[in-house]
Amino acid sequence: MPRFANPSQFMKLSSYLMPVCGVAAAGFIGVGLYLALFVAPPDYQQGEAVRIMYVHVPSAWMASLVYALVATGSAVGLIWRHPLAHIAAEQAAPLGAGFTLICLVSGSLWGEPMWGTWWVWDARLTSVLVLFFLYLGFIALDNAFDDQERGTRAAAILAIVGVVNLPIIKFSVDWWNTLHQKASVFRMGGPTIAPSLLWPLLVMAVGFLFFFSALLMLRMRSALMHARLRALTFGNP
Amino acid sequence: MSEFAALVRRDLNLAFRQGGDWANVAAFFALAVILFPFGVGPEPELLSRISAGVLWVAALLAALLSLERLFQSDWEDGSLEALVLMPLPLELQVLAKCLAHWLATGLPLTLIAPLLALVLHFDTAGMGALVLAMLLGTPVLSLIGSVGAALTLGARRGGVLLSLLMLPLYIPVLIFGVAASEAAAMGFTPRPHLLLLAALLAGSLALAPWAAASALRQAME
Repeated sequence: MPRFANPSQFMKLSSYLMPVCGVAAAGFIGVGLYLALFVAPPDYQQGEAVRIMYVHVPSAWMASLVYALVATGSAVGLIWRHPLAHIAAEQAAPLGAGFTLICLVSGSLWGEPMWGTWWVWDARLTSVLVLFFLYLGFIALDNAFDDQERGTRAAAILAIVGVVNLPIIKFSVDWWNTLHQKASVFRMGGPTIAPSLLWPLLVMAVGFLFFFSALLMLRMRSALMHARLRALTFGNP
Repeated sequence: MSEFAALVRRDLNLAFRQGGDWANVAAFFALAVILFPFGVGPEPELLSRISAGVLWVAALLAALLSLERLFQSDWEDGSLEALVLMPLPLELQVLAKCLAHWLATGLPLTLIAPLLALVLHFDTAGMGALVLAMLLGTPVLSLIGSVGAALTLGARRGGVLLSLLMLPLYIPVLIFGVAASEAAAMGFTPRPHLLLLAALLAGSLALAPWAAASALRQAME
């Protein structure tokens, strides 16, 4: 790990890895979209609308995965004073918020034809919404100080506090939902997913993962260049 | 321990002598609750149905209102830097400040909550559970809030930022507080919800001072 702490080492490595990830993302998402839109059969109940799942589910997975990454990066940055870890956490957070938003919006678009409503105060929807607010809080706190260093470290502590709280929030929202919801609007489980639907989903998920990696490296590279530019123009603070 | 008590006493003196922070918080709580009947209509059934939720949401916002001041004034006049030099560990100082904050805001909220509950036609059978839940829940608000207050020290637009940071973290307290009050009002036992609130209190009592103290150390660097 100390080897990757060196920003110039990272710049060198990522200059190769970033295009690879980008091409892989385009390939996987391209194939995945083809499989999802043309090959996968429509659902016997939901019809063609089930295809929203191929965007909705991978983005939901990415939303939680990226939060875990933000929290890990923040913890590593605070404990070992690892500068790249902080930059990774900071640059991953807006991407994670984006995935969370995609998840919420696509879920809402899917919910309208299926459940007849744009929004249900279902436990799962609610906890994704809370996750979105945690992301927004992290980003806002990161940008709230004149001294960037202070913002970085404050946001890092917040990310760790959020990780401790997420399971509690998730649990309490599940509890709240079972208390309040009189009749279930929809059923969550149903039959286990058929292989013909599962494969395109997994291809899309891998594509999303590559897409995120490429974007994260791009953002980290530009953040590092930005920092270097500032140091060159204004003198090292 | 005498230092701990001295710090609590100092904060309480400051809170009660300069401008009545606690009175502001209690007044905000009462006003927010009283606005609801104007908003949703005066039907007793409707009010009694939403009363527990309204009381808790208003209490949560009232607690949030006073949080910004938890460390802000000490930070601005420099006394926070003197406090850090005290032999008492910073974690315990945070605990002392939270205790003082709760005595000045959470306790008044708890005491006037039954009066406001009556105005909203909250079922009197649930009154005991409501007060007990408030006693357990409001210290959690102060404790979790101390982390946010320490993190936003010196931030631009600290107040709005603090609400954005804290409201998601307050959701569990809101859920279990309302659940305990409603369960008792409907004739069920509030015990599981109260136990969960107590668990939240125990957890935040153990963890929040660490997070807040490390955030304070960041702010002082």
